[in-house]
Amino acid sequence: MVASANTRLRLETSRLTARFGQHRAVRDVSLLFPAHTVTAIIGPSGCGKSTLLRCLNRMHELTAGASVEGEVLLDNVNIYAPDVNPVELRRRIGMVFQRPTPFPTMSIYENVAAGLKVNGRRPRPEVDDAVSRALQQAALWDEVKDRLHTSALELSGGQQQRLCIARAVAPQPEILLLDEPTASLDPAGTQRIEELCHALKRLYTIVIVTHNMQQAARVSDYTAFMYLGSLIEVGRTEEIFTKPRVEQTEAYITGRFG
Amino acid sequence: MTSLLGRDRSDRVYRRVLTGFALILPSLILIILGVLFFNALPALERFGPSFLWTSTWDPVAEVYGAAPMIFGTLASSMLALLIAVPLALSVAIFLTEFSPRWLRQPVAFLVELLAAIPSVVYGMWGIFVLIPFLRSYVVPPLKALFGWTPFLQGVFYGNSLLAGGVILAIMVVPYIAAVSREVLLAVPASQREAALAMGATRWEAVRSAVLPYGRAGLIGAVILGLGRALGETMAVTMVIGNRHDISLSLLQPAYTMAAAIANEFSEATTATYQSALMEVGLLLFVLTVTVNAIARILIWRVARGAAVGSKAL
Repeated sequence: MVASANTRLRLETSRLTARFGQHRAVRDVSLLFPAHTVTAIIGPSGCGKSTLLRCLNRMHELTAGASVEGEVLLDNVNIYAPDVNPVELRRRIGMVFQRPTPFPTMSIYENVAAGLKVNGRRPRPEVDDAVSRALQQAALWDEVKDRLHTSALELSGGQQQRLCIARAVAPQPEILLLDEPTASLDPAGTQRIEELCHALKRLYTIVIVTHNMQQAARVSDYTAFMYLGSLIEVGRTEEIFTKPRVEQTEAYITGRFG
Repeated sequence: MTSLLGRDRSDRVYRRVLTGFALILPSLILIILGVLFFNALPALERFGPSFLWTSTWDPVAEVYGAAPMIFGTLASSMLALLIAVPLALSVAIFLTEFSPRWLRQPVAFLVELLAAIPSVVYGMWGIFVLIPFLRSYVVPPLKALFGWTPFLQGVFYGNSLLAGGVILAIMVVPYIAAVSREVLLAVPASQREAALAMGATRWEAVRSAVLPYGRAGLIGAVILGLGRALGETMAVTMVIGNRHDISLSLLQPAYTMAAAIANEFSEATTATYQSALMEVGLLLFVLTVTVNAIARILIWRVARGAAVGSKAL
């Protein structure tokens, strides 16, 4: 474990196996996500990287036929323990998906506030503050501050994705999971999101799944390479990309397969 | 070369014949509208717009006013929706969001099967089962609680607005439930996931993401049910009492446009009487076609042209 070093431990998987029916999508993965860093999970399509991510906030189990073995530890508490409420857990872990998923009937403001609402009613000024803070963190505030009450669908794809980031960070989670957040964006939109990763790791522990190796190299502190459901190698990003220790990693990052 | 030309011509003929057939059905709507209008013309000219708000229906004096039927049609349909909408939406939400997977198809199938029961069977069931049930178990507590309101005045003899409304409710539930279910299924999974990932419970995800997304389609489903209720004839005729009278009380007999046409057409011996019934038919036609058109536009907007709801229509 290269990544353990001296940062405070936040999130860790221990011998985690995730299944869809009989198929093992994630195989025996033990991985540490140090606090206030960006960890990228890379690997070819179908390697289980998104499934691994979805195990971290118990979204995986919502799929029919899905099951999980092993542990995911959040501050040394196994989130799969029987007394853990997955709904409460997801309030502490924000998630952003491949495609922007704004709620189409809600305004920009309501979209961001939606994450707060499920966390219990709050007085209006407090919600106003939280919404503007979240939009500022998502670097969207300047673009939308004059039209907070217009439909979220009027935003561009990149803006919608940053809106989803704002929605995810509004309740001030501890961890932010990004599942190929730039897959549907143009280069400019992609760059904004990558800059955000840098800015937001001060506040959150970030795990980003990407099929784009340059992106992993640009945004992450640690990189984990997965292949066929197994964790092949994990380490400091510059080490993974300059001197990988495993043959398969090198083959993948040099583009010989994947 | 000649054989190639020949084939081309037969294709063209084939296409024209099919086009002709395909155009016949839509034009039927216009033909029916035209026939109703021309046959209703004498009544339209004689009674004018006051046909809509006068209550006398006297074949002997040849004076006709459709207000009681219009009232009865709207009142029984509204009562039906009041009962059916919560029921049907609950079924649809349960089936798409909460029910175990193995239960979904069987329950959906059985609910939709309710729509296959012939209207006259519902009517008979209404007379022999529903009305006695209402008399013994529903009306007494209702009267005890709300007997002071104008809606529960008078004695309950059985055939009444209440019985008509309840029968209609049971008959429209399968339509509303089936279309709502398909609308909810058309809501992208990403919307549910987005809500759940925020830490919403299942119910919060339904309320904050799924229902708003499908809102227009759900309203469409309800309006579609309204269209069915407005035009339903046989079962309603058998239990609603068929009295040309406007009473706010649900316990009193009433009449609907469809029931009046069905009951009185064979007795309509004079030209004016027939024409008055034609005008009722014209009103009903315009009302149901408009309501259905609105419903389909709303459903189509959610489904973006996909065949949502087509199975139930």
